[in-house]
Amino acid sequence: MIILASIIHVVLALSLSPLLIGVINRVKAKFAGRRGRPLLQLYYDLWKLLHKGAVYSTTTTWVFRTGPLVGISAVLVAISLVPLGRVPALAAFDGDIILLAYVLGLMRFMTVLAALDTGSAFEGMGAGREVQFSLLAEPALLLGVGALSISTGDWSLSGIYGSLFSDGLAAVAPTAVMVAASLLIILLAENSRIPVDDPNTHLELTMIHEVMVLDHGGVDLAFIQYAAALKLWVFCALFVGVALPLQMHWPLVDLAFGMAGVFIVAMVIGVIESTMARLRLLRVPQMLVVSAVLAMIAVLWALR
Amino acid sequence: MSILTDLLMMLLVLTNLRMLASSRVAVCIQNVAIQAVVLGAITFSLSAHAAIAAGVIVVAISTVAVKGLVLPWLLRRAMKGAGIGREIEPFVGYASSVLIGAVLLGLCFVIARPLRDTSHAGASMLIPVAMFTILTGLFIIISRRKALTQVLGYLTMENGVCVFGVSLAVEEPLLVEMGILLDVLVGVFVMGIVIHQINREFDHIDTDRLSVLKD
Repeated sequence: MIILASIIHVVLALSLSPLLIGVINRVKAKFAGRRGRPLLQLYYDLWKLLHKGAVYSTTTTWVFRTGPLVGISAVLVAISLVPLGRVPALAAFDGDIILLAYVLGLMRFMTVLAALDTGSAFEGMGAGREVQFSLLAEPALLLGVGALSISTGDWSLSGIYGSLFSDGLAAVAPTAVMVAASLLIILLAENSRIPVDDPNTHLELTMIHEVMVLDHGGVDLAFIQYAAALKLWVFCALFVGVALPLQMHWPLVDLAFGMAGVFIVAMVIGVIESTMARLRLLRVPQMLVVSAVLAMIAVLWALR
Repeated sequence: MSILTDLLMMLLVLTNLRMLASSRVAVCIQNVAIQAVVLGAITFSLSAHAAIAAGVIVVAISTVAVKGLVLPWLLRRAMKGAGIGREIEPFVGYASSVLIGAVLLGLCFVIARPLRDTSHAGASMLIPVAMFTILTGLFIIISRRKALTQVLGYLTMENGVCVFGVSLAVEEPLLVEMGILLDVLVGVFVMGIVIHQINREFDHIDTDRLSVLKD
Protein backbone atom coordinates (compact mmCIF):
# COMPACT_ATOMS: atom_id res chain seq x y z
CA MET A 1 0.00 0.00 0.00
CA ILE A 2 2.76 2.42 0.97
CA ILE A 3 4.88 1.49 -2.04
CA LEU A 4 1.82 1.99 -4.23
CA ALA A 5 1.38 5.50 -2.83
CA SER A 6 5.05 6.24 -3.51
CA ILE A 7 4.74 5.08 -7.10
CA ILE A 8 1.56 7.12 -7.59
CA HIS A 9 3.38 10.14 -6.17
CA VAL A 10 6.19 9.86 -8.70
CA VAL A 11 3.72 9.35 -11.58
CA LEU A 12 1.66 12.35 -10.46
CA ALA A 13 4.78 14.48 -10.02
CA LEU A 14 5.94 13.63 -13.55
CA SER A 15 2.57 14.35 -15.07
CA LEU A 16 1.32 17.28 -12.98
CA SER A 17 4.41 19.40 -12.34
CA PRO A 18 3.87 21.61 -15.43
CA LEU A 19 0.36 22.27 -14.09
CA LEU A 20 2.02 23.73 -10.96
CA ILE A 21 3.55 26.50 -13.09
CA GLY A 22 0.12 27.01 -14.66
CA VAL A 23 -1.46 27.46 -11.23
CA ILE A 24 1.16 30.02 -10.21
CA ASN A 25 0.63 31.99 -13.42
CA ARG A 26 -3.15 31.82 -13.04
CA VAL A 27 -2.97 33.22 -9.48
CA LYS A 28 -0.69 36.00 -10.68
CA ALA A 29 -3.09 36.79 -13.53
CA LYS A 30 -6.06 36.94 -11.14
CA PHE A 31 -4.17 39.34 -8.88
CA ALA A 32 -3.36 41.57 -11.83
CA GLY A 33 -6.96 41.46 -13.06
CA ARG A 34 -6.07 39.60 -16.24
CA ARG A 35 -7.67 36.46 -17.59
CA GLY A 36 -4.26 34.81 -17.81
CA ARG A 37 -2.87 32.12 -20.03
CA PRO A 38 -4.41 28.64 -20.02
CA LEU A 39 -3.63 26.44 -17.02
CA LEU A 40 -2.10 23.89 -19.38
CA GLN A 41 0.08 26.41 -21.24
CA LEU A 42 3.36 24.77 -20.23
CA TYR A 43 2.13 21.42 -21.64
CA TYR A 44 1.40 23.12 -24.97
CA ASP A 45 4.82 24.79 -24.89
CA LEU A 46 6.57 21.53 -24.16
CA TRP A 47 4.64 19.76 -26.92
CA LYS A 48 5.54 22.48 -29.40
CA LEU A 49 9.21 22.53 -28.38
CA LEU A 50 9.53 18.75 -28.56
CA HIS A 51 8.55 18.85 -32.21
CA LYS A 52 11.15 21.42 -33.13
CA GLY A 53 14.68 20.93 -34.27
CA ALA A 54 17.60 22.59 -32.57
CA VAL A 55 20.11 25.11 -33.83
CA TYR A 56 23.54 24.97 -32.24
CA SER A 57 26.05 27.78 -32.39
CA THR A 58 29.45 26.83 -33.77
CA THR A 59 31.07 28.20 -30.60
CA THR A 60 29.43 25.53 -28.45
CA THR A 61 30.81 22.09 -27.78
CA TRP A 62 29.32 18.87 -26.46
CA VAL A 63 29.07 20.47 -23.00
CA PHE A 64 26.29 22.73 -24.26
CA ARG A 65 24.26 19.73 -25.45
CA THR A 66 24.89 17.70 -22.31
CA GLY A 67 23.56 20.43 -19.98
CA PRO A 68 19.81 19.88 -20.46
CA LEU A 69 20.18 16.08 -20.54
CA VAL A 70 22.09 15.93 -17.26
CA GLY A 71 19.65 18.46 -15.83
CA ILE A 72 16.59 16.39 -16.52
CA SER A 73 18.18 13.10 -15.42
CA ALA A 74 19.36 14.73 -12.19
CA VAL A 75 15.92 16.05 -11.37
CA LEU A 76 14.37 12.65 -12.17
CA VAL A 77 16.67 11.13 -9.55
CA ALA A 78 15.66 13.92 -7.17
CA ILE A 79 11.95 13.28 -7.62
CA SER A 80 12.43 9.61 -6.69
CA LEU A 81 14.28 10.67 -3.52
CA VAL A 82 11.80 13.19 -2.18
CA PRO A 83 8.91 12.21 0.10
CA LEU A 84 5.60 14.01 -0.24
CA GLY A 85 4.34 14.81 3.23
CA ARG A 86 3.96 11.45 4.99
CA VAL A 87 4.24 9.45 1.77
CA PRO A 88 7.76 8.00 1.65
CA ALA A 89 9.96 8.43 -1.40
CA LEU A 90 10.50 5.72 -3.96
CA ALA A 91 14.07 5.25 -2.72
CA ALA A 92 15.09 5.97 0.85
CA PHE A 93 18.35 5.37 2.68
CA ASP A 94 20.39 7.04 5.42
CA GLY A 95 21.75 10.38 4.31
CA ASP A 96 19.74 10.60 1.10
CA ILE A 97 19.32 14.36 1.68
CA ILE A 98 22.97 14.76 0.75
CA LEU A 99 22.40 12.93 -2.51
CA LEU A 100 19.30 15.05 -3.13
CA ALA A 101 21.17 18.30 -2.49
CA TYR A 102 24.08 17.35 -4.71
CA VAL A 103 21.97 15.88 -7.50
CA LEU A 104 20.32 19.30 -7.68
CA GLY A 105 23.81 20.79 -7.41
CA LEU A 106 24.93 18.69 -10.39
CA MET A 107 21.95 19.95 -12.37
CA ARG A 108 22.94 23.53 -11.58
CA PHE A 109 26.59 22.85 -12.35
CA MET A 110 25.80 21.48 -15.81
CA THR A 111 23.41 24.37 -16.57
CA VAL A 112 26.15 26.80 -15.58
CA LEU A 113 28.74 24.98 -17.72
CA ALA A 114 26.39 24.96 -20.70
CA ALA A 115 25.80 28.68 -20.21
CA LEU A 116 29.51 29.40 -20.03
CA ASP A 117 30.09 27.23 -23.10
CA THR A 118 28.16 29.66 -25.30
CA GLY A 119 30.76 32.33 -24.65
CA SER A 120 28.04 34.94 -24.16
CA ALA A 121 28.85 37.66 -21.65
CA PHE A 122 25.26 37.84 -20.43
CA GLU A 123 25.06 34.12 -19.80
CA GLY A 124 28.33 34.28 -17.92
CA MET A 125 26.85 36.99 -15.71
CA GLY A 126 23.72 34.93 -15.05
CA ALA A 127 25.87 31.90 -14.28
CA GLY A 128 27.90 33.92 -11.79
CA ARG A 129 24.76 35.07 -9.97
CA GLU A 130 23.22 31.61 -9.95
CA VAL A 131 26.35 30.14 -8.38
CA GLN A 132 26.62 32.95 -5.83
CA PHE A 133 23.06 32.54 -4.63
CA SER A 134 23.09 28.76 -4.55
CA LEU A 135 26.28 28.93 -2.52
CA LEU A 136 24.19 30.51 0.22
CA ALA A 137 21.03 28.46 -0.31
CA GLU A 138 22.67 25.04 -0.12
CA PRO A 139 23.92 25.19 3.50
CA ALA A 140 20.52 26.52 4.52
CA LEU A 141 18.80 23.49 2.96
CA LEU A 142 21.20 21.02 4.57
CA LEU A 143 21.00 22.74 7.97
CA GLY A 144 17.20 22.82 7.83
CA VAL A 145 16.87 19.13 7.07
CA GLY A 146 19.61 18.49 9.61
CA ALA A 147 17.49 20.17 12.28
CA LEU A 148 14.55 17.92 11.41
CA SER A 149 16.86 14.94 11.46
CA ILE A 150 18.09 15.82 14.95
CA SER A 151 14.59 16.29 16.32
CA THR A 152 13.33 12.99 14.87
CA GLY A 153 16.51 10.96 15.25
CA ASP A 154 16.11 9.59 11.74
CA TRP A 155 18.63 9.91 8.93
CA SER A 156 16.68 9.36 5.74
CA LEU A 157 14.31 11.94 4.28
CA SER A 158 11.35 9.55 4.24
CA GLY A 159 12.06 8.52 7.83
CA ILE A 160 12.34 12.15 8.97
CA TYR A 161 9.13 13.25 7.28
CA GLY A 162 7.30 10.09 8.28
CA SER A 163 7.97 10.47 12.00
CA LEU A 164 8.14 14.27 12.25
CA PHE A 165 4.74 14.80 13.83
CA SER A 166 4.18 11.35 15.30
CA ASP A 167 5.14 12.49 18.84
CA GLY A 168 2.57 15.23 18.74
CA LEU A 169 2.83 18.76 17.51
CA ALA A 170 4.25 20.30 20.68
CA ALA A 171 7.63 18.59 20.56
CA VAL A 172 8.68 19.80 17.13
CA ALA A 173 6.50 22.87 16.51
CA PRO A 174 9.18 25.59 16.96
CA THR A 175 11.76 23.67 14.92
CA ALA A 176 9.23 22.90 12.20
CA VAL A 177 8.13 26.54 11.97
CA MET A 178 11.71 27.74 11.59
CA VAL A 179 12.61 25.08 9.05
CA ALA A 180 9.44 25.79 7.09
CA ALA A 181 10.25 29.50 6.93
CA SER A 182 13.80 28.74 5.86
CA LEU A 183 12.65 26.23 3.24
CA LEU A 184 10.16 28.70 1.79
CA ILE A 185 12.95 31.22 1.17
CA ILE A 186 15.13 28.51 -0.37
CA LEU A 187 12.20 27.37 -2.52
CA LEU A 188 11.77 30.88 -3.91
CA ALA A 189 15.50 31.31 -4.48
CA GLU A 190 16.22 27.92 -6.01
CA ASN A 191 13.31 28.07 -8.41
CA SER A 192 14.07 31.67 -9.39
CA ARG A 193 10.72 33.01 -8.23
CA ILE A 194 10.03 36.67 -7.64
CA PRO A 195 11.77 38.13 -4.61
CA VAL A 196 14.98 36.69 -6.04
CA ASP A 197 14.46 36.47 -9.78
CA ASP A 198 11.61 37.23 -12.14
CA PRO A 199 10.77 34.22 -14.31
CA ASN A 200 9.00 36.45 -16.85
CA THR A 201 11.60 39.10 -17.31
CA HIS A 202 13.48 39.37 -20.55
CA LEU A 203 16.00 41.95 -19.53
CA GLU A 204 19.35 40.22 -19.46
CA LEU A 205 20.91 42.62 -16.98
CA THR A 206 18.60 41.56 -14.16
CA MET A 207 17.96 37.94 -15.04
CA ILE A 208 19.53 35.09 -13.15
CA HIS A 209 18.25 31.73 -14.20
CA GLU A 210 16.47 32.59 -17.44
CA VAL A 211 19.52 34.25 -18.89
CA MET A 212 21.49 31.03 -18.70
CA VAL A 213 19.14 29.22 -21.06
CA LEU A 214 18.79 31.95 -23.69
CA ASP A 215 20.74 29.99 -26.28
CA HIS A 216 18.89 26.73 -25.83
CA GLY A 217 16.05 25.89 -28.15
CA GLY A 218 13.79 23.10 -29.30
CA VAL A 219 13.99 19.82 -27.41
CA ASP A 220 16.75 21.15 -25.14
CA LEU A 221 14.56 24.02 -24.01
CA ALA A 222 11.66 21.64 -23.46
CA PHE A 223 13.89 19.52 -21.22
CA ILE A 224 15.04 22.59 -19.30
CA GLN A 225 11.51 23.85 -18.72
CA TYR A 226 10.23 20.44 -17.70
CA ALA A 227 13.21 19.99 -15.36
CA ALA A 228 12.48 23.40 -13.81
CA ALA A 229 8.86 22.38 -13.19
CA LEU A 230 9.98 19.10 -11.59
CA LYS A 231 12.51 20.95 -9.42
CA LEU A 232 9.72 23.22 -8.22
CA TRP A 233 7.75 20.10 -7.34
CA VAL A 234 10.70 18.68 -5.35
CA PHE A 235 10.98 21.83 -3.24
CA CYS A 236 7.19 22.13 -2.80
CA ALA A 237 7.10 18.54 -1.56
CA LEU A 238 9.94 19.22 0.91
CA PHE A 239 8.13 22.31 2.17
CA VAL A 240 4.71 20.64 2.45
CA GLY A 241 6.18 17.87 4.59
CA VAL A 242 7.23 20.39 7.24
CA ALA A 243 4.40 22.88 6.93
CA LEU A 244 1.49 20.42 6.93
CA PRO A 245 1.28 18.69 10.32
CA LEU A 246 -1.14 15.97 9.28
CA GLN A 247 -0.71 12.26 9.52
CA MET A 248 -3.55 9.92 8.61
CA HIS A 249 -1.70 6.58 8.53
CA TRP A 250 -3.57 5.73 5.33
CA PRO A 251 -0.98 6.18 2.58
CA LEU A 252 -3.50 7.17 -0.08
CA VAL A 253 -5.18 9.77 2.13
CA ASP A 254 -1.76 11.15 3.09
CA LEU A 255 -0.98 11.28 -0.62
CA ALA A 256 -4.15 13.26 -1.30
CA PHE A 257 -3.28 15.72 1.49
CA GLY A 258 0.25 16.03 0.14
CA MET A 259 -1.01 16.74 -3.37
CA ALA A 260 -3.44 19.35 -2.06
CA GLY A 261 -0.55 20.84 -0.08
CA VAL A 262 1.69 21.09 -3.15
CA PHE A 263 -0.96 22.99 -5.08
CA ILE A 264 -1.68 25.26 -2.12
CA VAL A 265 2.05 26.04 -2.00
CA ALA A 266 1.86 26.90 -5.71
CA MET A 267 -0.95 29.34 -4.93
CA VAL A 268 1.06 30.82 -2.06
CA ILE A 269 3.98 31.32 -4.45
CA GLY A 270 1.57 33.07 -6.82
CA VAL A 271 0.40 35.36 -4.01
CA ILE A 272 3.98 36.11 -2.95
CA GLU A 273 4.92 36.90 -6.54
CA SER A 274 1.96 39.22 -6.96
CA THR A 275 2.39 41.11 -3.72
CA MET A 276 6.16 41.43 -3.49
CA ALA A 277 8.60 43.38 -5.57
CA ARG A 278 11.81 41.85 -6.76
CA LEU A 279 14.67 42.48 -4.38
CA ARG A 280 17.70 44.37 -5.51
CA LEU A 281 20.46 41.93 -6.40
CA LEU A 282 22.53 43.18 -3.49
CA ARG A 283 19.74 42.32 -1.06
CA VAL A 284 19.28 38.74 -2.23
CA PRO A 285 22.33 37.33 -0.40
CA GLN A 286 21.04 39.03 2.74
CA MET A 287 17.73 37.19 2.43
CA LEU A 288 19.52 33.90 1.89
CA VAL A 289 21.71 34.55 4.94
CA VAL A 290 18.51 35.05 6.93
CA SER A 291 17.21 31.70 5.69
CA ALA A 292 20.49 30.04 6.69
CA VAL A 293 20.30 31.68 10.12
CA LEU A 294 16.71 30.46 10.56
CA ALA A 295 17.86 26.95 9.76
CA MET A 296 20.78 27.37 12.17
CA ILE A 297 18.41 28.43 14.93
CA ALA A 298 16.26 25.41 14.19
CA VAL A 299 19.34 23.22 14.64
CA LEU A 300 20.19 24.93 17.94
CA TRP A 301 16.60 24.59 19.09
CA ALA A 302 16.56 20.90 18.25
CA LEU A 303 19.93 20.34 19.93
CA ARG A 304 19.14 21.96 23.28
CA MET B 1 0.78 25.59 27.48
CA SER B 2 4.41 24.80 26.91
CA ILE B 3 3.94 24.90 23.12
CA LEU B 4 2.58 28.45 23.36
CA THR B 5 5.51 29.55 25.51
CA ASP B 6 7.95 27.91 23.09
CA LEU B 7 6.42 29.67 20.11
CA LEU B 8 6.50 33.00 21.96
CA MET B 9 10.17 32.42 22.75
CA MET B 10 10.76 31.74 19.08
CA LEU B 11 8.98 34.98 18.24
CA LEU B 12 11.26 36.82 20.63
CA VAL B 13 14.32 35.29 18.95
CA LEU B 14 12.94 36.30 15.56
CA THR B 15 12.29 39.89 16.65
CA ASN B 16 15.88 40.03 17.89
CA LEU B 17 17.13 38.90 14.51
CA ARG B 18 14.87 41.42 12.78
CA MET B 19 16.38 44.07 15.01
CA LEU B 20 19.85 43.02 13.87
CA ALA B 21 18.87 42.82 10.22
CA SER B 22 16.84 45.96 9.65
CA SER B 23 18.32 49.30 8.75
CA ARG B 24 15.11 51.29 9.13
CA VAL B 25 14.76 52.96 12.51
CA ALA B 26 10.95 52.80 12.28
CA VAL B 27 11.12 49.01 11.92
CA CYS B 28 13.40 48.78 14.95
CA ILE B 29 11.00 50.88 17.04
CA GLN B 30 8.09 48.69 15.98
CA ASN B 31 10.22 45.69 16.86
CA VAL B 32 10.83 46.86 20.40
CA ALA B 33 7.08 47.38 20.79
CA ILE B 34 6.38 43.84 19.53
CA GLN B 35 8.92 42.50 22.00
CA ALA B 36 7.10 44.23 24.84
CA VAL B 37 3.80 42.63 23.80
CA VAL B 38 5.46 39.21 23.50
CA LEU B 39 6.93 39.77 26.95
CA GLY B 40 3.48 40.33 28.41
CA ALA B 41 2.13 37.27 26.60
CA ILE B 42 4.98 35.13 27.96
CA THR B 43 4.08 36.11 31.50
CA PHE B 44 0.47 35.08 30.91
CA SER B 45 1.36 31.81 29.22
CA LEU B 46 3.61 30.96 32.17
CA SER B 47 0.89 31.81 34.65
CA ALA B 48 -1.13 28.98 33.13
CA HIS B 49 1.09 26.29 34.60
CA ALA B 50 2.73 28.01 37.55
CA ALA B 51 1.04 29.97 40.24
CA ILE B 52 1.89 33.58 39.56
CA ALA B 53 0.98 36.34 41.93
CA ALA B 54 -1.41 39.09 40.95
CA GLY B 55 1.43 41.60 41.27
CA VAL B 56 3.30 39.96 38.40
CA ILE B 57 0.23 40.27 36.21
CA VAL B 58 -0.02 43.96 37.05
CA VAL B 59 3.65 44.38 36.16
CA ALA B 60 3.09 42.53 32.87
CA ILE B 61 0.20 44.75 31.89
CA SER B 62 2.05 47.94 32.77
CA THR B 63 5.11 46.66 30.91
CA VAL B 64 3.07 46.23 27.75
CA ALA B 65 1.51 49.66 28.21
CA VAL B 66 4.76 51.51 28.86
CA LYS B 67 7.14 49.65 26.54
CA GLY B 68 4.63 48.79 23.87
CA LEU B 69 2.84 52.13 23.59
CA VAL B 70 4.45 55.04 25.43
CA LEU B 71 8.10 54.46 24.60
CA PRO B 72 7.55 53.72 20.89
CA TRP B 73 5.53 56.94 20.67
CA LEU B 74 8.35 58.91 22.35
CA LEU B 75 10.97 57.33 20.10
CA ARG B 76 8.96 57.95 16.93
CA ARG B 77 8.75 61.60 17.92
CA ALA B 78 12.51 61.69 18.47
CA MET B 79 13.01 60.03 15.09
CA LYS B 80 10.87 62.59 13.29
CA GLY B 81 12.53 65.42 15.21
CA ALA B 82 15.99 64.26 14.25
CA GLY B 83 14.86 63.55 10.70
CA ILE B 84 16.54 60.18 10.32
CA GLY B 85 14.85 57.27 8.54
CA ARG B 86 17.54 54.67 8.56
CA GLU B 87 20.87 53.76 10.03
CA ILE B 88 23.48 54.25 7.33
CA GLU B 89 26.91 52.68 7.64
CA PRO B 90 26.76 50.80 10.92
CA PHE B 91 30.07 49.59 12.31
CA VAL B 92 29.04 46.00 11.56
CA GLY B 93 27.03 45.21 8.41
CA TYR B 94 23.53 43.77 8.57
CA ALA B 95 24.23 40.33 7.13
CA SER B 96 27.21 39.88 9.46
CA SER B 97 25.11 41.18 12.37
CA VAL B 98 22.54 38.44 11.75
CA LEU B 99 25.26 35.80 11.55
CA ILE B 100 26.83 37.08 14.77
CA GLY B 101 23.33 36.94 16.27
CA ALA B 102 23.06 33.25 15.38
CA VAL B 103 26.47 32.59 16.96
CA LEU B 104 25.39 34.50 20.08
CA LEU B 105 22.25 32.37 20.30
CA GLY B 106 24.34 29.21 20.17
CA LEU B 107 26.60 30.62 22.86
CA CYS B 108 23.59 31.40 25.05
CA PHE B 109 22.29 27.84 24.70
CA VAL B 110 25.66 26.52 25.85
CA ILE B 111 25.96 28.96 28.77
CA ALA B 112 22.41 28.39 29.93
CA ARG B 113 22.71 24.61 30.02
CA PRO B 114 23.63 24.39 33.73
CA LEU B 115 20.90 26.89 34.61
CA ARG B 116 18.10 25.00 32.96
CA ASP B 117 16.65 23.40 36.10
CA THR B 118 16.20 26.69 37.89
CA SER B 119 13.48 28.01 35.60
CA HIS B 120 9.82 27.09 35.36
CA ALA B 121 8.90 23.62 34.26
CA GLY B 122 8.12 23.43 30.55
CA ALA B 123 9.92 26.65 29.76
CA SER B 124 13.53 25.62 29.59
CA MET B 125 14.12 28.10 26.78
CA LEU B 126 13.45 31.17 28.91
CA ILE B 127 16.99 31.67 30.20
CA PRO B 128 18.90 31.23 26.93
CA VAL B 129 16.42 33.44 25.09
CA ALA B 130 16.62 36.09 27.82
CA MET B 131 20.41 36.04 27.61
CA PHE B 132 20.23 36.23 23.84
CA THR B 133 17.96 39.28 24.02
CA ILE B 134 20.34 41.00 26.45
CA LEU B 135 23.35 40.24 24.23
CA THR B 136 21.49 41.41 21.12
CA GLY B 137 20.78 44.72 22.83
CA LEU B 138 24.41 45.09 23.86
CA PHE B 139 25.57 44.23 20.38
CA ILE B 140 23.29 46.86 18.84
CA ILE B 141 24.60 49.46 21.26
CA ILE B 142 28.22 48.82 20.29
CA SER B 143 27.72 48.24 16.57
CA ARG B 144 25.43 51.10 15.52
CA ARG B 145 26.33 54.70 14.96
CA LYS B 146 23.13 56.65 15.57
CA ALA B 147 22.19 57.63 19.10
CA LEU B 148 18.57 56.63 18.47
CA THR B 149 19.46 53.09 17.40
CA GLN B 150 21.60 52.78 20.50
CA VAL B 151 18.63 53.74 22.64
CA LEU B 152 16.70 50.96 20.88
CA GLY B 153 19.54 48.59 21.74
CA TYR B 154 19.23 49.63 25.36
CA LEU B 155 15.49 48.93 25.27
CA THR B 156 16.07 45.49 23.75
CA MET B 157 18.53 44.75 26.52
CA GLU B 158 15.97 45.87 29.07
CA ASN B 159 13.41 43.54 27.51
CA GLY B 160 15.90 40.73 27.94
CA VAL B 161 16.37 41.61 31.60
CA CYS B 162 12.60 41.51 31.96
CA VAL B 163 12.38 37.99 30.45
CA PHE B 164 15.15 36.96 32.81
CA GLY B 165 13.09 38.28 35.72
CA VAL B 166 10.00 36.41 34.57
CA SER B 167 11.98 33.21 34.20
CA LEU B 168 13.57 33.23 37.63
CA ALA B 169 11.07 34.70 40.02
CA VAL B 170 7.49 33.63 40.31
CA GLU B 171 6.86 36.33 42.86
CA GLU B 172 8.82 39.45 42.27
CA PRO B 173 8.53 42.41 44.57
CA LEU B 174 6.02 44.63 42.85
CA LEU B 175 7.73 47.80 43.97
CA VAL B 176 11.10 46.81 42.48
CA GLU B 177 9.60 45.93 39.11
CA MET B 178 7.61 49.12 38.97
CA GLY B 179 10.74 51.03 39.93
CA ILE B 180 12.67 49.47 37.04
CA LEU B 181 9.86 50.30 34.67
CA LEU B 182 9.79 53.91 35.83
CA ASP B 183 13.58 54.08 35.47
CA VAL B 184 13.37 52.89 31.88
CA LEU B 185 10.58 55.31 31.11
CA VAL B 186 12.43 58.29 32.54
CA GLY B 187 15.70 57.09 31.00
CA VAL B 188 14.26 56.91 27.50
CA PHE B 189 12.50 60.21 28.05
CA VAL B 190 15.81 61.86 28.92
CA MET B 191 17.56 60.13 26.03
CA GLY B 192 14.90 61.46 23.66
CA ILE B 193 15.59 64.98 24.86
CA VAL B 194 19.36 64.43 24.62
CA ILE B 195 18.97 63.14 21.04
CA HIS B 196 17.00 66.25 20.22
CA GLN B 197 19.71 68.48 21.70
CA ILE B 198 22.56 66.64 19.96
CA ASN B 199 20.70 66.93 16.70
CA ARG B 200 20.11 70.67 17.18
CA GLU B 201 23.73 71.28 18.05
CA PHE B 202 25.47 69.20 15.40
CA ASP B 203 22.79 68.50 12.74
CA HIS B 204 23.31 64.72 13.08
CA ILE B 205 23.24 62.11 15.81
CA ASP B 206 26.31 60.07 14.97
CA THR B 207 27.80 59.22 18.33
CA ASP B 208 31.24 58.34 17.00
CA ARG B 209 31.90 62.01 16.34
CA LEU B 210 31.09 62.84 19.94
CA SER B 211 34.29 61.11 21.05
CA VAL B 212 36.44 63.85 19.54
CA LEU B 213 34.40 66.56 21.20
CA LYS B 214 36.49 69.26 22.89
CA ASP B 215 35.36 72.28 24.79
